[in-house]
Amino acid sequence: MILREIAHSRAGDKGNTSNISVIAYRPEDYALLCQEVTVARIRAQLSQFQPGLIRRYELPRLGALNFVLEGVLGGGVTRSLALDTHGKSLSSFVLEMEIPAPAAAPCAAGPNSEEVIR
Amino acid sequence: MRTIRLGAGAGYSGDRIDPAVDLVRRGALDYLIFECLAERTIALAQLERRRDPESGFDPLLVRRMEAILPEAARRATRIITNMGAASPRKAAERVAEVARDLGLSGLKIAAVDGDDVLETVLGGDWPVLEHEARVADYRARIISANAYLGVGGILSALAQGADVIITGRVADAALYLAPMIHEFGWALGDWDRLAQGTLVGHLLECAGQISGGYFADPGVKDVPGLDRLGFPLAEVSADGTAVITKLPETGGQISLATCKEQLLYEVHDPESYLQPDLVADFSSVEMEELGPDRIRISGARGKAATGLLKVSIGYEDSWLGEGQMSYGGVSAVGRARLAQEIIRQRLAQHGAGIQELKTDLIGLDALGARPNPTEPPEVRLRVIGRTATEAEARLICEEVEALYTNGPAGGGGARKSVTHLIGVISTLIPEARVVPAVTMLESL
Repeated sequence: MILREIAHSRAGDKGNTSNISVIAYRPEDYALLCQEVTVARIRAQLSQFQPGLIRRYELPRLGALNFVLEGVLGGGVTRSLALDTHGKSLSSFVLEMEIPAPAAAPCAAGPNSEEVIR
Repeated sequence: MRTIRLGAGAGYSGDRIDPAVDLVRRGALDYLIFECLAERTIALAQLERRRDPESGFDPLLVRRMEAILPEAARRATRIITNMGAASPRKAAERVAEVARDLGLSGLKIAAVDGDDVLETVLGGDWPVLEHEARVADYRARIISANAYLGVGGILSALAQGADVIITGRVADAALYLAPMIHEFGWALGDWDRLAQGTLVGHLLECAGQISGGYFADPGVKDVPGLDRLGFPLAEVSADGTAVITKLPETGGQISLATCKEQLLYEVHDPESYLQPDLVADFSSVEMEELGPDRIRISGARGKAATGLLKVSIGYEDSWLGEGQMSYGGVSAVGRARLAQEIIRQRLAQHGAGIQELKTDLIGLDALGARPNPTEPPEVRLRVIGRTATEAEARLICEEVEALYTNGPAGGGGARKSVTHLIGVISTLIPEARVVPAVTMLESL
């Protein structure tokens, strides 16, 4: 199945940085989001935009994750040559991510941030 | 516990006017707030003001005020907006004229200035926040520098009895926070209440984005009545908790899902949302559905502000030349790819100073989507390049248009445009370097 079946998402922009929320419809699916929607998966899912530093923030009360991706907006809304200068469509690309069907899973341990690797 | 009612009249400069009129008529609002200033808008407004000293404020200011003021004055709904952009005082004068023309005398209109910090920024040595550079590196090209003000100027205008308050650059959420502080007498060091007020402001500032706009995805996120989307309002209590709702018989929906999306919209670290008046922590926010289109929000925490204000600096950047052409029917993608190749080669032969060039096949790869194995029945070629001069940008457009008679078969619908880009960089300056000033006018 794809992420869109259990979660919704919205992207916002500040300068050349995009933030993309990933929010579980049902609180019980939040653990699965934590396990599956990792920084590495987001980096792979949006590889065509060559993200720099990616940070993940967890909001268990809301059943939500917030990803902050630096350097993915072609210079930002005022300078970008992209058709979608704000990167509004990034949230839809994230929701295409393939994930296993929901089953109880603990929130993944491990780093929520990584340094830029090029 | 006493509550006040705050409505969101606009979420951006070009927003629809009707929902704001509906809110002021039926919403029993104490305040109606219009947030109309995007990051780069103020630099464009500064350029506009240079061309015409009577301008420099929001292009829809007069139309919005003509539509809103009669009802707002009748119901004593106070209006707060950053539609002043680069010219809050000129904007206030125009609003006073609109009020006079509508026969509304005695309306008190305040302009809040002080966000223009161009001299301070040009006179100091400041780092650029976005990358390794100094503001001084941009010196010759800088158009504008505006600090994000906090609640100070608006509070002073409210204390002086202003009915309409027009600001330039003010932190979006502060437009909403100020009336809460004014009405409830919150102390400026009461961080948790200020955070809760900032949360309300942050949720409402994009107007329709929390009432179902920018949310619908048929089949999984269906939204009723988007053609008559209503804008949100908040019923705020003195303790800072609030209910986000909208008017009955309007389209859209306010749900836990719309509120959660908006909570994180353009927020980075949810524990540290930097504002001029405080640092808000949204990580402990609780949302509760009280009924249809009624979401109660609580639990925001706050701590002291950093003492630094963010400054947006607009500068004259590069030129963009953009040309487009469509190919349809059999082999559309093949012909568009050939056109793409031709353009790249021709521009290379010209040796034009193209700093950056992007070619998209719209319908195939323009947004960065992964290629689809089945080809579309038509595709639109888009060529866009960045140059230092207008002439070079024009060259890109001309080459695309010339594909008509110099490129692949069957190209149609050429369009071209040249744009002078305004870039935006940011820096931080000490709050003490910024002095908000309030000018009061009264309509005759």
